[in-house]
Amino acid sequence: MREITYSEAIREAMSQEMRNNQDVFIMGEDIGVYGGAFGLTNGMIEEFGPERVRITPISEAAISGCAVGAAMTGMRPILEIQFSDFIMIAMDNIVNQAAKNRYMFGGKAKVPVVVRLPGGSGAGFAAQHSQSLEAWMTHVPGLKVVQPSNAYDAKGLMKAAIKDDNPVLFYEHKMLYPVKGEVPEEEYEIPLGKADIKKSGTDISIVATGIMVNRAMEAAAELENEGINVEVIDPRTLVPLDTETILESVKKTSRVLVVYEAVKRGGYGAEIASMIAESDAFDYLDAPIRRLGGVAAPIPYNPELEKAAVPQVNDIIKECRKLMNK
Amino acid sequence: MSNAATLKSSSITPEKLKSMLYDMMVIRNFEETLKKLYQQGKIHGTMHLCIGQEATAVGACVPLTKEDKITSTHRGHGHSIAKGTDVMKMMAELLGKETGTCKGKGGSMHIADLDVGNLGANGIVCAGLPLGTGAALTSKMKNLGYVVLCFFGDGATNEGAFHESLNLASVWKLPVIFFCENNLYGMSGSIKEMTNIENIAERGAAYGIPSETISGNDILTVVEAVERAVERARNGEGPTLIEAHTYRWEGHSRSDARKYRTREEEKDWKKHRDPIALFKQKLIEENILTEEEYGEMEKKVQTLMDNAVEFAVNSKAPDLDTLMTDIYA
Repeated sequence: MREITYSEAIREAMSQEMRNNQDVFIMGEDIGVYGGAFGLTNGMIEEFGPERVRITPISEAAISGCAVGAAMTGMRPILEIQFSDFIMIAMDNIVNQAAKNRYMFGGKAKVPVVVRLPGGSGAGFAAQHSQSLEAWMTHVPGLKVVQPSNAYDAKGLMKAAIKDDNPVLFYEHKMLYPVKGEVPEEEYEIPLGKADIKKSGTDISIVATGIMVNRAMEAAAELENEGINVEVIDPRTLVPLDTETILESVKKTSRVLVVYEAVKRGGYGAEIASMIAESDAFDYLDAPIRRLGGVAAPIPYNPELEKAAVPQVNDIIKECRKLMNK
Repeated sequence: MSNAATLKSSSITPEKLKSMLYDMMVIRNFEETLKKLYQQGKIHGTMHLCIGQEATAVGACVPLTKEDKITSTHRGHGHSIAKGTDVMKMMAELLGKETGTCKGKGGSMHIADLDVGNLGANGIVCAGLPLGTGAALTSKMKNLGYVVLCFFGDGATNEGAFHESLNLASVWKLPVIFFCENNLYGMSGSIKEMTNIENIAERGAAYGIPSETISGNDILTVVEAVERAVERARNGEGPTLIEAHTYRWEGHSRSDARKYRTREEEKDWKKHRDPIALFKQKLIEENILTEEEYGEMEKKVQTLMDNAVEFAVNSKAPDLDTLMTDIYA
């Protein structure tokens, strides 16, 4: 099959939806001839023109509210926030407006907006350009939160996000942008709320999110040589969460490791771990639920410090050995 | 400050002039009724009354069609009534009933009525400006021809979102009217202490937006200013900033002892600049209205409000199982 990058897959999903539906458009900073900070919108202004590929001033408070207001009145905007860290400046419109309008108005409004958020560490951008704050968004009723780990999922999830009538926060990992994967050209959607078993196994269930899915897969290959058979589950969307797929896996393997890049304390992995602990799968556990997450420090600049701040393949391997008492 | 609107220069029919006065009376009676209900313990939480600001609410909505849209504020009851939201349903919403505008889920600060172009009151100061800018973008991109009028107070003009929205609407030439009800205080903060310029309208120049300061208590002046702004917006000439001076007679919310302003100042606005008394006087002087007719209108308003209260009181509270509905589409 054809291989394209994660960023090409996202662009293809957006372009297909923009061809299918005139109400879909994209707005954001430097997304015109510049192509966006990560080149993701390269070529889009040439195809769709400046009305539908709207370059905005550096005004996150206005452009986020503008996207929400446009969504409430019949458009289906995609808002590119240049780095996910900048969402703090747009927070009121996401949390107080987009998430709550439908409920506050007694079910009358719908807010079909997709907010694209390049996140994660590893690129040397330091503390204000490398965070993973998706857990904040999962806490807010009314929002959906998506976190694709590969090109195929990114395309299908983006198409589903654009078609969804709710605000969807779409967390892209900037280190995954150049990573290639098999992606069919034809149109397909991956429903929000459907996890994927990336590798089946019998000894340990690793529930990993975002780029940690890729690291868990590397760790799983390594552990295979030691006779440890790991199952890797990618929830793909954090809200709604496919609890069923996770719990079935836990019941099968009896051991679970949750891996996420965000600061471990208060991260979404804590929610996944609690969900498992509160369920009937608890009785199947042969070991305490383990979590691996980022350290409680801002993301540092120095490359070695930066790596040490978030889980790496070796950390996952070590944690799995511990779980197997090896 | 331009202040010279007269009936002679107005193209508004006598019937329309009387219905404008009637709408102002409905707003005032609605707010007075809420005060009583609050004192009787029938209203949960708090509310922000707009008594004294009836001319800005009604006047700004006169030039708008049903298709045009507004965004409102925490002090939004008048805006909703002026844009055509049903008073019975609003009363039921204030009493938290399932028949309310928002099924009892929104309350005073979240009354919205998309069917009449009311995109919602808002509990966050200035939040209506970016939203209204977006609604105006929809109008432009889909070529729908409607304009959006954003109501906000003087306090909102010190929020970043005010400046960002004016700039964005200006560079995109969006059909939006930024309508500031300058009632001199943001909660307790006097505009004189919170900004270092004479008129808020001066801020429009920074974004290339035509702006004017008007008397917000003279409804015809308000109508004329908004008519000009609507025309600009419909002609694709972009946004306008209007600063309308007005005064809220009540405190900010129910808990306000009004220590930051004098009783003399309040008396002066009530006695000399009551927007309803001024407009009534004008209509009587110009032989458009009689005292008798005014008395009839008062009775009609009271009947409407009595019915609204009865409807609200007798309506059911929402079922507890609605707690988790309407979260996602």
